[in-house]
Amino acid sequence: MQVPRFLITSEPLAVERLAASLEQASRHVDEGCGAVCTFVGVVRATHKGQRVQHLEYEAFEPLAMKVFQRIDAEVGAEWPSASLGIHHRIGRLSIGEASVAIAATSAHRAESFRVCRYAIERVKQVLPIWKHEFFEGGDAWVEGALADVDDEAARIRAHEVACA
Amino acid sequence: MRVTVQVFARLRELAGKSEWQCEVAPGATIGDVWKTSAGAYPALADFSRSVSCARNEDFARMSAPVQDGDVIAFLPPVSGG
Repeated sequence: MQVPRFLITSEPLAVERLAASLEQASRHVDEGCGAVCTFVGVVRATHKGQRVQHLEYEAFEPLAMKVFQRIDAEVGAEWPSASLGIHHRIGRLSIGEASVAIAATSAHRAESFRVCRYAIERVKQVLPIWKHEFFEGGDAWVEGALADVDDEAARIRAHEVACA
Repeated sequence: MRVTVQVFARLRELAGKSEWQCEVAPGATIGDVWKTSAGAYPALADFSRSVSCARNEDFARMSAPVQDGDVIAFLPPVSGG
């Protein structure tokens, strides 16, 4: 069951399939796989005190796929025996639906936690995807980080959070 | 020379369109393309300090030169995850 490691999709996410696929691929590489860490971001019912009705995500897809490769290369340089996958949903999402699914595998648990945390921090910093929130009686684009893959200070912050 | 400009999310809403053609002088930079675009769509100007950019689907700097036929994308702050 081969699942692409990096994916932007308007279909519902399935973190179990991503995790199983990564585990299978890393099972017989080097030491093998002894840990799978997953993170799923889901649509929250409130944002800054306002009641969210639904969200819409928009991506600059060709650039987002390159950013995935960049994050993967950063992980490879720092944690060479780990393996990473990230799936991000786009389009309209309801409360409770998964917007992002991340899986990280490694021989031992510590690395898998770090890689998973590092990946979500980098997604927040640099992935060219935008969240449009719809409230009762209004809507707003969420504006987070100024995307800059070469901002070394941001990358180091993500690394520090991952290793805290 | 002529480049294609793409905008996303809030910038697309402010401009009222996702793509347009932009005429700039030879030797122009991405920053010049932004200034020309913000001149044509003044609502974009609020983002002058918080926009990032890509040239032909790769991140680039505002100081980077553009060539005829380039596709220049302007991105508001991201909010994936």
